[in-house]
Amino acid sequence: MTESMPVLAELTPELDAFIVEWKDKPGNLVMVLHKVQEIYRYIPRDVAAAVSKKLGVPLAKIYGVMTFYHYFKLEKPGKHIISVCMGTACYLKGGDKLLDELKKLLNVEANATTEDGQFTLQAVRCVGCCGLAPLITVGTNVYGTLPESRLPEILEKYSK
Amino acid sequence: MKYKNYILICAGTACESSKADEIYRNLMKELDAHKLLNETQVLKTGCFGFCEKGPIVKVLPDESFYVHVKPEDAKELVEEHIIKGRRVNRLLYNKPCEETNVAKKLDSIGFYQKQVRVVLRNCGFIDPEVIDEYIARDGYAALEKVLFEMSADDIINELKTSGLRGRGGAGFPTWRKGMFTKDAQNEEKFVVCNADEGDPGAYMDRSILEGDPHSVLEAMTIAGKTIGANRGYIYIRAEYPLAIHRLEVAIKQAKEFGLLGENILNSGFNFDIEIRLGAGAFVCGEETALLASLEGRRGMPVPRPPFPAVKGLWGKPTLINNVESYANIPAILTKGGNWFAQFGTESSKGTKVFALTGKITNSGLIEVPMGITLREIIYEIGGGIPNGKKFKAVQTGGPSGGMITADYLDTPIDFDNLIKLGSMMGSGGMIVMDEDDCVVDVSKFYLEFTVDESCGKCSPCRIGGRQLMNYLEKITNGEGTDEDIRKMRLIGHAMQMASLCALGQTAPNPIISTLAYFEDEYMAHIHDRKCPAGKCQKLIRYFINEKCIGCTLCAKKCPVDGCIKGEKKQVHVINQEACIKCGECERVCKFKAVVKI
Repeated sequence: MTESMPVLAELTPELDAFIVEWKDKPGNLVMVLHKVQEIYRYIPRDVAAAVSKKLGVPLAKIYGVMTFYHYFKLEKPGKHIISVCMGTACYLKGGDKLLDELKKLLNVEANATTEDGQFTLQAVRCVGCCGLAPLITVGTNVYGTLPESRLPEILEKYSK
Repeated sequence: MKYKNYILICAGTACESSKADEIYRNLMKELDAHKLLNETQVLKTGCFGFCEKGPIVKVLPDESFYVHVKPEDAKELVEEHIIKGRRVNRLLYNKPCEETNVAKKLDSIGFYQKQVRVVLRNCGFIDPEVIDEYIARDGYAALEKVLFEMSADDIINELKTSGLRGRGGAGFPTWRKGMFTKDAQNEEKFVVCNADEGDPGAYMDRSILEGDPHSVLEAMTIAGKTIGANRGYIYIRAEYPLAIHRLEVAIKQAKEFGLLGENILNSGFNFDIEIRLGAGAFVCGEETALLASLEGRRGMPVPRPPFPAVKGLWGKPTLINNVESYANIPAILTKGGNWFAQFGTESSKGTKVFALTGKITNSGLIEVPMGITLREIIYEIGGGIPNGKKFKAVQTGGPSGGMITADYLDTPIDFDNLIKLGSMMGSGGMIVMDEDDCVVDVSKFYLEFTVDESCGKCSPCRIGGRQLMNYLEKITNGEGTDEDIRKMRLIGHAMQMASLCALGQTAPNPIISTLAYFEDEYMAHIHDRKCPAGKCQKLIRYFINEKCIGCTLCAKKCPVDGCIKGEKKQVHVINQEACIKCGECERVCKFKAVVKI
């Protein structure tokens, strides 16, 4: 046991109120973790520890749930999250090429963040805009029917 | 009509992402500037289905169907169409006939002609965030009927007459599920809606929830009344923020109208619905895994029986249906089971919504009667394969399904026929492939998906899936053997027999189905070390032929130093050892001198 007891973060009033609201509802853990990620953009360890205490759920169980689901992030993401859709329609129309090109342009692997913390590149499951295949999303913006040649221009827009 | 004109803007996710919102604001601004807001109403509706052509703007009453509309087109649309009554032809999809100048009716356009809209009856017609519009189209009439005129048995009988089968993939008769849960003895029961649409290439449920959320709320309340439950949960993907938002709005409005909550319509019946978010786990589409996730745990399946109808959420009897199944129910109860049963085939009644995507001219969301043929869908509704390419196969059922080849294009589509062909209905993804798509590569794509999504609880799925993928990797790298094929069949069979849930049981399907129809393509990879579709990178070679005029462009663009050599005005040569097969030379060559073999 090399790791010491985790430090507890102080919860934001919003999160605190949410936990109070949900504390007695059965099956609340996934919903609380969603709220944590909504506020912090990922689930920091000290926040998870504080949630564990407040909900009375062991931290091990929280990590068990967090690591089971793809949606929950354990690491702090970059300022902009670029998601490349890897649904079947996008794959057939060259989604993998978009991913390769972005890896080159950003000099980063998939599911990792650039050194300057500007971009996180991730390959994601079908976003359900198959009519626009292939596509990427940056934050909440969707860029559809996208040739690789347009990627530099899109990155430029978010680099400022 | 209260207004002279109605302008309907598609506000589904795909169109929203291409600036539908800005179009809406610009139209409102233009109308306001011309003081026309009292005679023209602008509505944001659910998906029209024709996503390929988005953003879409439809003008009523003359049914002008504008496609690829840009925010800056708003001015012209208002000044020309609304004020002067002249259609903006450059944006019009249904261009008017030259002699009569009458625009074609929408239902005479190829894309819509063969469609029958039961589930999508309101998508693209109403503003999903206004409950009055749903009510104006017979919304909540079924609920009223159920609360005051029908017994639980009447409801189940009507569903039985309709022949509705579960639209989530397995096709279990909806009435039987309802009956089992109704007959289960327990003071507390639950209704659950499975909106964890995880199939890649499928977005039917998302479009229903975005375009007509009340239909699902109404159906769940009816289900609650039928089985004797007072609480419902909608388990929806967190990746669908717009659908979640519209559901929240709909729940709030239904409560304000007394159509949800305590003492619904003064009937004494209470029913409440709560939204719970999924978190990106495909296995949670499996009902027992979904229930585990709803309980706040890791979403891992458990063996059935007991089925959720007996022992479900928190051990209580639970009725789980998919979004599309629910969305059918109000229409069935309003118009009658016999009305519904007029559509479809002997064993599969009604309609089915498909997400038609891939290598198809008209990509989009379609609703067709069961029994329609693939040929009608692909060539009449879908408009065929673009770029003059040849049709190869259509994939249905996502990672659990299989491929259907050109030989079977005339098979009527229903639950049983698709299974006979080695595929399955699945939730409704329909992905069209052309001659450039390699079936081995696509199978690998699906296996990567299921291996990644396997929850790891049972070994046939966890280990078998990984093994299958290793073999596919070997084959696509040009290192496969005949023995690998034999082993894949063996392991696939073991997974089908021994996996705990449908994810593992169906994971080998893409391989088994492609081996049945495209064994020669696997053999080409193994024996000739060639990928006939030219997709598997390790197996392709680029050559420059005598058409080369020595312009040196390819050598300049090639990312590998010294890979392409040749004097100016002389035929160039690619060094096969150095080539990384990026295909850049083929793309840039203006003389078609670079060929891929």
